[in-house]
This record gives sequence, C-alpha cells and structure tokens, in this order.
Amino acid sequence: MDAAKRDEIIKHLHELCDGLGRIQIMEICGTHTVSLFRTGLRSLFPENLRLVSGPGCPVCVTAQRHIDAAIDLAKRDGVIVATYGDMIRVPGKSGSLERLRAEGADVRVINSAKTCLRLANENPDREVVFLAVGFETTAPATAAVVLEAEANGVANFSALMCHKLVIPAMQALLQAGDVPLDGFLCPGHVSVIIGANAYKPIVEQFKKPCVVAGFEPPSILHGIELVVEHVAAKRAALSNAYRNVVSNEGNGIALDLLKQVFVSADTHWRELGVIPKSGLELASCYEQFDAAKRFEVVFGDDEDNPLCRCGEVIQGKVEPADCDLFGYECTPLYPIGPCMVSSEGTCSAWYKYNRDGGSHRSSVPLETNS
Amino acid sequence: MPHPHDHDRVVLAHGGGGELMNQLIRDHLLTPLRNDALIQLGDGAVLPPSEGKLVFTTDSYVVTPLEFPGGDIGRLAIAGTVNDVTVMGAVPTAISLGLILEEGLPFEVLDRIVATIAKTAEEAGVPVVTGDTKVIERRIGRDGSPGDGLFINTAGVGTILPGCDWSIGRIEPGDVILVNGPIAEHGLAIMSVRNGIEFETSLRTDAAPLNHMLHTLFKSGADVKFVRDATRGGIAGVLSDIAETQSLGVEIDEQSVPLTPTARHAAEMLGLDPLSTANEGKVVCVVDEADVDKAISSLQSHQYGTKAAAIGRVVESDPPLVELITRAGGRRVVQRPYGEELPRIC
Repeated sequence: MDAAKRDEIIKHLHELCDGLGRIQIMEICGTHTVSLFRTGLRSLFPENLRLVSGPGCPVCVTAQRHIDAAIDLAKRDGVIVATYGDMIRVPGKSGSLERLRAEGADVRVINSAKTCLRLANENPDREVVFLAVGFETTAPATAAVVLEAEANGVANFSALMCHKLVIPAMQALLQAGDVPLDGFLCPGHVSVIIGANAYKPIVEQFKKPCVVAGFEPPSILHGIELVVEHVAAKRAALSNAYRNVVSNEGNGIALDLLKQVFVSADTHWRELGVIPKSGLELASCYEQFDAAKRFEVVFGDDEDNPLCRCGEVIQGKVEPADCDLFGYECTPLYPIGPCMVSSEGTCSAWYKYNRDGGSHRSSVPLETNS
Repeated sequence: MPHPHDHDRVVLAHGGGGELMNQLIRDHLLTPLRNDALIQLGDGAVLPPSEGKLVFTTDSYVVTPLEFPGGDIGRLAIAGTVNDVTVMGAVPTAISLGLILEEGLPFEVLDRIVATIAKTAEEAGVPVVTGDTKVIERRIGRDGSPGDGLFINTAGVGTILPGCDWSIGRIEPGDVILVNGPIAEHGLAIMSVRNGIEFETSLRTDAAPLNHMLHTLFKSGADVKFVRDATRGGIAGVLSDIAETQSLGVEIDEQSVPLTPTARHAAEMLGLDPLSTANEGKVVCVVDEADVDKAISSLQSHQYGTKAAAIGRVVESDPPLVELITRAGGRRVVQRPYGEELPRIC
C-alpha cells in the first residue's frame, strides 16, 4: 500500500487513541486475525488499542463432539470423510482425522464442497460424508451440493452439519458480557454473503460500532480507523469499508440457497456450549443427506483438556499467552487446542508471527469483566 | 495392430531379471539416456579421478501427481540432486538414477519422464552414469485409486570448486540475502493439481538445474558466503536455519521479495505463506555487502536468475529471529513451517 497513506492512517489512529484509555476491538474473523499478524499491522498500533480475536475461525469453534462424530464415521467400513484443510488436525477425544488417515482410514482434504460429488461418483460402492464446517461463507456451497445431489439422485453422499452463523455468536458474546468490547471489525468473506445490514442488530441492540473490512492492509487499516473514530465519537454506527465487494443486502442467490436447504438450529460451539439458532441443519425435505441421521450418529459430550483455554481465547476472554500450555505443551507441532491447529487460529497466529512467540506474556494485560 | 504380448504398461515381470527386463532397460532407459558410462551396463560406473574434495548427496522423489504444470518428477529428481551438489560449492559430475516402478505404470508416462530426465541432465551437463530399476506390486491407494506410481532416488557426486568456501559459518552481520527469482511457484503449482484442491492457474514449477548459474556467480568473484536451495520449507526454512545455527537475526523486506501477483493471489486463496512454500529452482545466497551488485548482475545474466534480487540482510539479534518488514510497513517474525501446509477453509 501507499506508504504515505499508511503513515497518515497510523498517525490518525495514534491521535484518536491518545487519551482515550483502553480500546478493545474484536476482529471476528480468523482471516483478519492472521492478516493483522502477517502484515505486521499490529506492531504499528497504539498500545492502548487492543485487537481481540473473536469466534470466527471455523476450525476453532467446532465442538469436540462434532470432531468425534467425524472420527467415528471415518472408522466405519466403506466411508470416505471429506473436509477442509485444517479440520483433519483437530484433536477429538482420542486422536484426529489426520492420525486416523495414517492408520488407513479414508480422509480427504478438499477445498470445494463440490468435490464430494465427484468422490461419490468415483466411489459408487462407498459413502462420502462431508464434514460441513464454516460460517455463511462456506454454507452456500454445501447447500448447492445438496441440491445437486438431490437433482442427480446421488445416494452415497451426505453431510455432517456443523455450519455456524456469525451474528448469533456475536450476540451471545455481548450478552455474556465477559469482555468489554468497544466495537467490531466484521468479517469480509461472511459479509459478502450476509450483507453489511446484518450487523444492524449488534449496532442497535448493543450500541457497538461495527465496520465491515476486507483483508488487504489498506482495507483492514481503514476499517480499524473507522471503528476507532466511532468509538472516539461514542457513536454506535455501522460502516462498510469493503464496499466494492460487500453490499448492504448481501448475496441474494446465496442467501436464498441457505433458506431453501437449511433451517437455523441450536448448536454446540466449542466451550461456548449451545447458542440458540446459531447453526444450520438440513431442512426436513433434504434430511436424507444428513449424515447424523443416515448413520445414526450418537453425539457424545465434549471432554476438552481442562488446561486448554481455546474456549476462552475464541471469546476474547484471554490471550493465547495467558494459557499455561501455550508455547510449551501446545505448539503448532503438537497442538492441543484447535486455536493452535488452525492456520487461522488465534494461538497459531500468535505463535507464528509474534516476536515473543510463546515465551512472554504481553505487557499490557487484556481487560475483562471477570 | 499391437502384438498381444506387447506391453503398454509395466508388469511385474519387467522387474524379473529376464528378457523383459532387458527390453525395459534397453528400450525405455538406455536409449533416451544414452551416454558412454551407462552403455557399459556394469554394476557401477567408473569415474575419473578428482582433483578436489568430493561432494556426495542423495535424495528421493515421491511427488504426486507425477506430472504437473511445467515439469514432472524426472526434472525434479535431476535438478534437485544437481542443485544439492552445487550449493555445496561443487561442480556436479555424475548422477545415479534408481527407479521404482509400480506395476500398471503406463509406458507412455515412463517414457515422458525418462525423456525429461535425459533433457534435464543434458541441460545441466551432468550424465546419469549408473542406475537401477525395480518393479513393485501395484498398491491400491487407500482411496481405492490405482497406484501406477513411480518413485525416483538419485545420488550425485561433484568436485568442490577450487577456492570455493560456501559455508553457513561464514555468515556475518551486514551480509546481504539474495534470491534468484520469484518464490513459491513450485509448491503452488503442485497444489493446483492435487486431488481435491485443484484450481486453474498459469503457475508452473520452477524446477531447474542451477549449476551453471551458480558457477557463473562463483566466477564473478563476488564474496559469496553461503548458498542453499530453498526447497521444502521455502525460503523461510533456509533463513530460520541461518538464524538458529548462527545465532544471528535476519531481516527481510517483503517488498523486495520477488513474487508474481499470480503466486501471491494463489497463496492468499489457499491461506499459505509464500515464504514457506516450496521451490525447486530457487536458492538463497548470502553475500558480502560490498559485492551485492556484482552478485546480482551475475545472477541476472543467467536465464534462471533474471529476477534475482536482494531481499534482506543479516543482523545482530537476540533472540535470533527472522523478521519480515511487511509491505504494510509492520514487522513480524518468520518461522519455518511445521509440517505439511494445508489450505485453509475460507
């Protein structure tokens, strides 16, 4: 980006924050978390401007019971489990999909839900189960694949539904009120689908400024500048710093797909427990594609490592360095919690891109209400 | 019409030591790889005496798919071993070629790969002087797909260039880090054809034998301290090695790291860091500050170094870290990747 423009925004941020006390802004999206680290932008912010990572990494928020269910399915004869990248590394109660794959199970890493239908076609004698994770960004692709499977009478495809919705999670966090948040940097990808207006309830009900931003440094910087401007002016406003990509209403086609194929349902989040209407289930007319029903999956309880604080990390209650495991027992090589597994996870980003890595706590502690 | 006993695929009997095996070696290997040493068909190659110290290296190649945009496993195997010998400061003189073929491998695939091996060896000017071929039973992949595989082991020998001292211990604060061109292209090109995550791209592997380019660099007289090929682990892996083993810091300027927009966007889409993505035709060179221009113009005079650039420098640092000064003007550390980098979700 233009260095002069960048310096101007950074200077403006420092001016805005000067004398304001601590400002805590939550970036919801894992891609923002990683971008903020990878681009080094965090190193340029004023000390009292604290970016708090939120529950926007799909890998991190998936409850252990869902991972266990996928592992259970992958162990069954004739089942292929397909899912996105980092999901295969997340530890369940015993082992991960990655370890199961090394033991001979058929686990595929894909980057498009559509690949499942090709797999189903190439393996007519086997069942292809898609571990369907992600927010509104990936859910429309799952919906499209379900529709295509139905249209073509694909009998050996099903989805283990773990999709989640962003807004109910933000509302749950604010209702719990454990972390004082001054505003939100809202996810670019998700907002392409749901539209900027989707954050109106957050702004109106909770009086928190929300700014939608993209992932390139200029867009992130501008987004943060806008949030801080709103905070400084004590203005609960909604802004869109990603206008060339995100509309107010969102992507109508994708939203229609979601409405047609899914219904919202209460679902388990890692450590957060059940958040009402925060997940997506297949509508009853498509339930033949529900892997949980087809294979009579029994979901167990979550038994997360009691020392692992990923659950608090994704709520912004603690920073990775506050966890005793971080950087010692839990590293990208031997991850214990999902936030260290996922390339978009908060712990992984801290470990990879922070000068202090796992060895030091941050000098300015996070402010919480607990 | 083909004779019913003509084989269009490798069968187990091709490894049986009989006439079929002779046919395989004669028609599919010796003919394309023809050279004086190999034609003797001895149990080993006899090499001329060497004036200097010898370098000896080996590497195995198991990449899938066998053929990918811009190259194949054969080019990888020859270029990889030539480069491993060369970055030690040596002139590669001979290569061995061990082939493990899976029954079912189509001969047309084998022929294409052996042709690339011959072409790459010729380009490097390093003969394949001895070899071995085995055929193994077809292994059905756990995903039910047929094997049809091919694995290659190559070893290479070379003679240290008189007066050449490229070693990691010579690196000092103030030295400048160079790369010979745009990074991350091999890793991304392979990713683009991996089953399940394919995407369309103009990216090609950068696999290339760099011996001629590096010998030109040596002859330029620039004080080159250290050279390492940045394969798996990318340039981040090499730079981390420098920081860790020498207890020095390395500062990289993101703006100067050669990276095509296509590669940048592909890496972004997959959530991969170009710095830790694999290359097969890129080296990191550490040179004395005074000789930077000389070294760069030497690299740029060669076809595999036209986009060579200085990307950073060695500094005193405690703890010893590789730090990136980002395009956005911030700073962050660079670490070696910890395993297979997986594409992200969204």
